[in-house]
Amino acid sequence: MTPEEENVTSNLITSLYVFMLAGFIGFEVIRRVSPLLHTPLMSLTNALDAIAVVGAIVLVGEHKSTLATVLGTVAVVAAMSNVVGGFLITDRMLKMFKTSKPKKP
Amino acid sequence: MTPLINETFIQITYLVATALFIFALKWLSAPSTARRGVWAGELGMLLAIGGTLLYQGIVDYKWIVIALVLGSIIGVPLGLVQMTAVPQRTALSHACGALCVALVGTAEYYLRAPNVPPFMMAVLSMEVILGSLTFTGSLMATGKLQEILPQRPITYKGQNIVNLALLAVAVIAAVILVLHPGQKHLFPLLIGIPLVFGVLMIVPIGGADMPTVISLLNSYAGLSAAAMGFVLDSKLLIIAGALDGSSGFILSVIMSKAMNRSFANVLFGAFGQVQASAVAGEEARTVRSATAEEAASILAAANSVVIVPGYGMAVAQAQHKVRELYDALSKRGVDVKFGIHPVAGRMPGHMNVLLAEADIPYDKLMDMDAINPEFPQTDVALVIGANDVTNPAARQDVGSPIYGMPILDVDKARTVMVIKRSMSPGFAGIDNPLYYLDKTLMLFGDAKSFVGDIVRELAGSGHA
Repeated sequence: MTPEEENVTSNLITSLYVFMLAGFIGFEVIRRVSPLLHTPLMSLTNALDAIAVVGAIVLVGEHKSTLATVLGTVAVVAAMSNVVGGFLITDRMLKMFKTSKPKKP
Repeated sequence: MTPLINETFIQITYLVATALFIFALKWLSAPSTARRGVWAGELGMLLAIGGTLLYQGIVDYKWIVIALVLGSIIGVPLGLVQMTAVPQRTALSHACGALCVALVGTAEYYLRAPNVPPFMMAVLSMEVILGSLTFTGSLMATGKLQEILPQRPITYKGQNIVNLALLAVAVIAAVILVLHPGQKHLFPLLIGIPLVFGVLMIVPIGGADMPTVISLLNSYAGLSAAAMGFVLDSKLLIIAGALDGSSGFILSVIMSKAMNRSFANVLFGAFGQVQASAVAGEEARTVRSATAEEAASILAAANSVVIVPGYGMAVAQAQHKVRELYDALSKRGVDVKFGIHPVAGRMPGHMNVLLAEADIPYDKLMDMDAINPEFPQTDVALVIGANDVTNPAARQDVGSPIYGMPILDVDKARTVMVIKRSMSPGFAGIDNPLYYLDKTLMLFGDAKSFVGDIVRELAGSGHA
């Protein structure tokens, strides 16, 4: 392996740790979400997942090849529609959930 | 700013964004804090995108701005769909997310090849394969949910073998690329085959299985985004992808448990095919039916009522009439609750959203485990547009195709009322013995107009 390849591999191993820990956190946090809110949960995680837009933005901005810029632009459009649409619909849904019990002062 | 300070600043925005994303999901655990979760997510997203735009490697902003604006314009109508259309909107957003991931992966490969270390090529292949199959798979799911495509499963002989063989070819191509990343002519196989596979994967899946499938696609979309994080060495993306992936995974497990099926069975089983024979051979049995007036007097005399809504209620747009019924009964001092099966809607939690939209307080919406022990003390169970999830055959009849599926025990209530158009069997084509019980009253008619009639009868002074 070249030193550069070694560097890439060690980064990937670190990333695997991050992935594993995030998976555990996700499992514990999401297990506690009330079944009442499973639909908003899915639309919110979808919106958060659209953070992939940052990778696409860099791809477009670096302008390394025409192919990369074209694919990146489409990718930014697709992900951005998820960001805006996902947060919007999640908030609309959550606004509708009301309780019959009076609010505590 | 020097490049180092610039890079550090961007990484700090990502770090804060990651923390905000985790808080967003944590706050979603209860309805009282859930909206705060959305704001945390929005703030995190804003920070991450803002930070990225400061990246000094960006030489041209024109296309970035155009794409951001265009994506936002497309996103607004997708955020304003009707609540009944949320499942197909969600499937469509899985497709958009997966498209983004697959495109970025493709671009990265052609920029880097042939200098791609093996481990990197492996995650890149996974990113592109998962992204592509989730893209077409989700589009197919959108089509089925929107009823553009037929809901009935389409099956043919050797279907599973064809599908698995296709996927195997894509995996072999990926393995060759890991060993020889310079073989550029093989890369299109990693896109094309999964695109076809995604379509074929959803074709045999029936409408009733959509809650599981949509959750599974959610999980794939998350995993492909995490793979993209590995390729770009972005911890933020890995974490967001892992959160989305585990969320989709948990929901798929809950949904398949609620259907008493394994993942493999959902994906390869083609539900709805085998049941045709189950109905045949039944002798004609008698049912008792009642009018709206009779139903109203029974409901008015009850102390406790559990309403069991199914997707049929949403199809008939009867939510708002049900809300009027809830009001009318509550005013008379009747304790009204709603028993909600996990697969009552077209996606996890969908029925809760539809009832919340009709202004029914969420503390009256009980999930299956909470409501089942209450049925023996319930005077009336009113089933509206639900069928299989109330079928006692799931508990008693070992030969039934739904045997073992967890159901709402409405047959344990003192009186059962079922609003139904006719005696024809439901979505899965399975006969329901509930309808022939002595304590069951069938209320034949359209859900919306029948509930409306009951409300009118209650409003008349007759049953005070």
